[in-house]
Amino acid sequence: MSNAFSLFVIIGTLGSLVVFTLLLLMNRKVSNPGQTTGHEYDGIEEYDNPLPAWWFWGFLLSIVFALGYLIYYPGLGNFKGLSGWTSAGQLAQQQADADERFGPIFAQYRAIPVEELATVPAALRMGQRLFATNCAQCHGSAGTGSYGFPNLTDGEWQWGKSVEQVQATLQNGRVAVMPAWAGVLDAYGIRDVTEYVMQLSGRDAIAEQALAGQTQFNQLCAACHGADGKGQPMLGAPDLTNDRWLYGGSREQISDVLRNGRNGRMPGFSDRLDEDRIHILNAYVRSLSSQ
Amino acid sequence: MNDLIEKNLGLLIALAVVAISFGGAVEIIPLMSQRDVQEPMEGLKPYSPLVLEGRDIYIREGCNNCHSQKIRPLRAEVERYGHYSVSGEMTYDHPHLWGSKRTGPDLMRVGGLYSDDWHFAHLMDPRSVVPGSNMPAYPWLFSTELNLDVTPRKLRALQRIGVPYSDEDIANATQGLEGVTEAQALVAYLQELGTLITERR
Repeated sequence: MSNAFSLFVIIGTLGSLVVFTLLLLMNRKVSNPGQTTGHEYDGIEEYDNPLPAWWFWGFLLSIVFALGYLIYYPGLGNFKGLSGWTSAGQLAQQQADADERFGPIFAQYRAIPVEELATVPAALRMGQRLFATNCAQCHGSAGTGSYGFPNLTDGEWQWGKSVEQVQATLQNGRVAVMPAWAGVLDAYGIRDVTEYVMQLSGRDAIAEQALAGQTQFNQLCAACHGADGKGQPMLGAPDLTNDRWLYGGSREQISDVLRNGRNGRMPGFSDRLDEDRIHILNAYVRSLSSQ
Repeated sequence: MNDLIEKNLGLLIALAVVAISFGGAVEIIPLMSQRDVQEPMEGLKPYSPLVLEGRDIYIREGCNNCHSQKIRPLRAEVERYGHYSVSGEMTYDHPHLWGSKRTGPDLMRVGGLYSDDWHFAHLMDPRSVVPGSNMPAYPWLFSTELNLDVTPRKLRALQRIGVPYSDEDIANATQGLEGVTEAQALVAYLQELGTLITERR
């Protein structure tokens, strides 16, 4: 703030305090206490009495308090106040206090490997809160996911289930790239590959179409999903041979995925959560899985 | 003097205004002219036309009635939402959308927090992803395309009050926006919110 405005604030603030004090003192004595002012409205008369004592002293006290406050805290223009208080400083202090208080707990859990931590109830309760704040919006409060958002409890791990893989997923996020094949496969191609995917997952399929679809599958899909359709966690390509479907497993839904592709994205949390918290979440997510 | 003031309505009004203006005068006027609260943060860019249209959808649908965009420097808020808001992030916001009520969560740093797919699913039907949510659904955003008639004029208006759009920006304002739905613009805006400060904790 420029000095002129600083002065403006100081004068305005202190000046108004002075004016209030003067007004208060000037009205301390009244000319004829106990008498009315002579005003009368509809038979209601106004007494001319001084302020009650508690009011007067309360007023003075609050002015004294205001002066003390303005000296201790910033309030007068550029004057920082004797305490040097800032809201950012107060936040840093609160955070430092919290680190001191919770740091040892985090450090204690950090020392326990994820597999083992997934069986420690107190750590899992922390994990549950972290999950509710950061993960539940997409994966659901019970981790069961919904259409397009993976179920974490079914033992299916699109990006791998090792501690390192889950940690990488949590920290850096994942971007799944299922291309749209509508430009490559015609309507018959889509139909055939859909039949083959139905067959892969062990359901009734029209054998003739599935056979034709297999050829296309091997050319287009096997690179990511594997020739056997078992998927590849390295690429985030889901296993197509079980009955778990991120985007639905009906014929219509499978052909829609084939035609239009899908780009599932898990955001990375490394800039929101530190490694201690990621560690606990990793254990919590592990505990959710039926594995 | 008491009599004089009480019996002159004009004088009473004038003095009452002076009395209650004191607080405003010392709090508001110096801030309005203070440089460091108006300096844009390094790297701050004006909203692209797409994002600006999304922001206007946000205002039209009244999102700011239930969602604040202002993280206070308190530990609980910083833990939940991320780095507290700073003035340099909002230099080009006209009007600002701080809001004053949180029926829903603060959205100051929602950018990048969820995938686009999540936002689309959530706008179409909030309960499909957050079962306990009481947010209304906004399905019409998906079937309405942006009205681009006034987009260049919006940029021009902002340019006049100091947002650094170039004349070229204004001439190309509607480029590539044909057929974009309101939902897409809104999500583009949401995904940009608060991303200038990457430190989230």
